[in-house]
Amino acid sequence: MEDSQKKLAEHSGKSRLEKIGKTISFLCIAFIVFVVLSILYFVASKGIATFTKDGVSLIDFLTGKIWNPGSIGENGKPLTGALPMIAGSFIVTLLAAAVATPFAIGAAIFMTEISPTVGKKILQPVIELLVGIPSVVYGFIGLSVVVPFMRNTFGGSGFGIISAAIVLFVMILPTVTSMSVDTLKSVPRYYREASLALGATRWQTIYKVVLRSATPGLLTAVVFGMARAFGEALAVQMVIGNAALMPTNLITPASTLTSILTMNMGNTVMGTLENNVLWSLALILLVMALFFNILTRWIGKKGAMN
Amino acid sequence: MSKVTIKELNLFYGKFQALHNINLPILKNEITAFIGPSGCGKSTLIKSLNRMNDLVEGCTISGEVKMDDENIYAKECNINLLRKRVGMVFQQPNPFPMSIYDNIAYGPRTHGIKNKQIVDELVEKSLRKAAIWEEVKDDLKKNALSLSGGQQQRICIARALAVDPEVLLMDEPTSALDPISTAKIEELVIGLKKDYTLVIVTHNMQQASRISDKTAFFLNGKIIEYDETRKIFTNPKKQETEDYISGRFG
Ligand SMILES: Nc1ncnc2c1ncn2[C@@H]1O[C@H](COP(=O)(O)OP(=O)(O)OP(=O)(O)O)[C@@H](O)[C@H]1O
Ligand SMILES: [Mg+2]
Repeated sequence: MEDSQKKLAEHSGKSRLEKIGKTISFLCIAFIVFVVLSILYFVASKGIATFTKDGVSLIDFLTGKIWNPGSIGENGKPLTGALPMIAGSFIVTLLAAAVATPFAIGAAIFMTEISPTVGKKILQPVIELLVGIPSVVYGFIGLSVVVPFMRNTFGGSGFGIISAAIVLFVMILPTVTSMSVDTLKSVPRYYREASLALGATRWQTIYKVVLRSATPGLLTAVVFGMARAFGEALAVQMVIGNAALMPTNLITPASTLTSILTMNMGNTVMGTLENNVLWSLALILLVMALFFNILTRWIGKKGAMN
Repeated sequence: MSKVTIKELNLFYGKFQALHNINLPILKNEITAFIGPSGCGKSTLIKSLNRMNDLVEGCTISGEVKMDDENIYAKECNINLLRKRVGMVFQQPNPFPMSIYDNIAYGPRTHGIKNKQIVDELVEKSLRKAAIWEEVKDDLKKNALSLSGGQQQRICIARALAVDPEVLLMDEPTSALDPISTAKIEELVIGLKKDYTLVIVTHNMQQASRISDKTAFFLNGKIIEYDETRKIFTNPKKQETEDYISGRFG
């Protein structure tokens, strides 16, 4: 009796191991949190300096249409209008997502509902491969295929929003597809059975039950794709033309937040206005990333409630 | 009168034969119970009455299942129409993640009823038949998944009734429920007899003897005995049947 009591009171090897594990994982988390907070602080402090130190007004920055931070405008202030890039980023993202969504959901339906064996054996590996291709490759293909095609079809240089949107569409398609597949797969089989047992056809079942109950997950997939498109720099920069001009059509050179950032970050001096406004662009990207993140969480919560 | 007649039915899952030469009548406006130990083929047989087995890959069937003289395994048989005529209630309550109203309206809408007033009426009628109208009538917009298990199962019964089936198959409909919900559903099932032909799979001997008119006892994919429920439970002809209902195996 006493023996067993002692044993219970004693720290066993297992519980010690548990403690060590807990400590290690706590340290890892603490480290990650520290890094994230540092990045946030760094970008924010630099990005805000444009407005606090250099005296640019936030309104001018967000709504100004002329981007030339090196020179002074008529009102005596530097030309730091970021609207062309903000608009460019949103337009390419929305276009890419708008085209990718039906394709991705269609492919996902095929892979889960119509032909799971082909889906599993052929499409799944292909998509996984596509997800893993580095973005510079997509950009390169865009540069050598899409841009010339646009040039021949619409004239001009071929660089522009449409080329960027196409490259982004191809790039996010596999991600959105594979997330959609996971979502459709997680729709319980018994929903499908219940629908079929009522005499519904396969399409009715897919449309009215499977897609409907998968909607939150599919939205999350699309938002995820948008986040990726919004943040993509290299591939976009290679095909959009990088002219910091208000986009007036889809086939002339334009720019996005990321493309201007990557183009210019090596050419400015730390602490100057030219450098600080780039950080302000980065801050917008960060805020958008946060926004996409919150959006997916919100969708998830809404989905769980329904 | 026989509503459904099963003749020389053999069913294979791949190479494994799950049903051996089944011959069985399902009588109209009666409750037929399938009993037998786990894995003996009760679910398999009940699912071959509305061709849900078609969904199982590698499942092959020979023989005949006739519903009112029409072979449901004939090539020209319309499966969607068949499943409308032969409703099914599953072991786990499985309402759709939608409102109560949309759950019940799903079937009628699927079969082309668009008129809101007709759908409204069907929803109310079906919920009443499933003895759940009083509990949910003020809350038809509520998500069906927020109901209790017993209520969900009655929603599923109402959902099945809404397409106006002739036969209702129930595979262990109360095995996931508490005794009170079970009693409610048993009462409800007995009440459905006058309008429908019912088949119920159950592991609960009392349940089978309480509610069914005929009982078929299964063992290893064969029907060992089929008779009036009263006879099966008081005076079985086969030793295996007696052993099973007296709880000696299974
Ligand atoms: N989809 C399937 N593929 C292969 N074998 C199956 C499949 N479904 C059932 N079986 C097999 O067929 C036999 C009969 O199964 P069935 O589900 O009809 O039994 P049951 O009588 O309903 O049992 P329980 O009382 O446990 O529900 C079992 O041996 C089972 O392993
Ligand atoms: Mg079963």
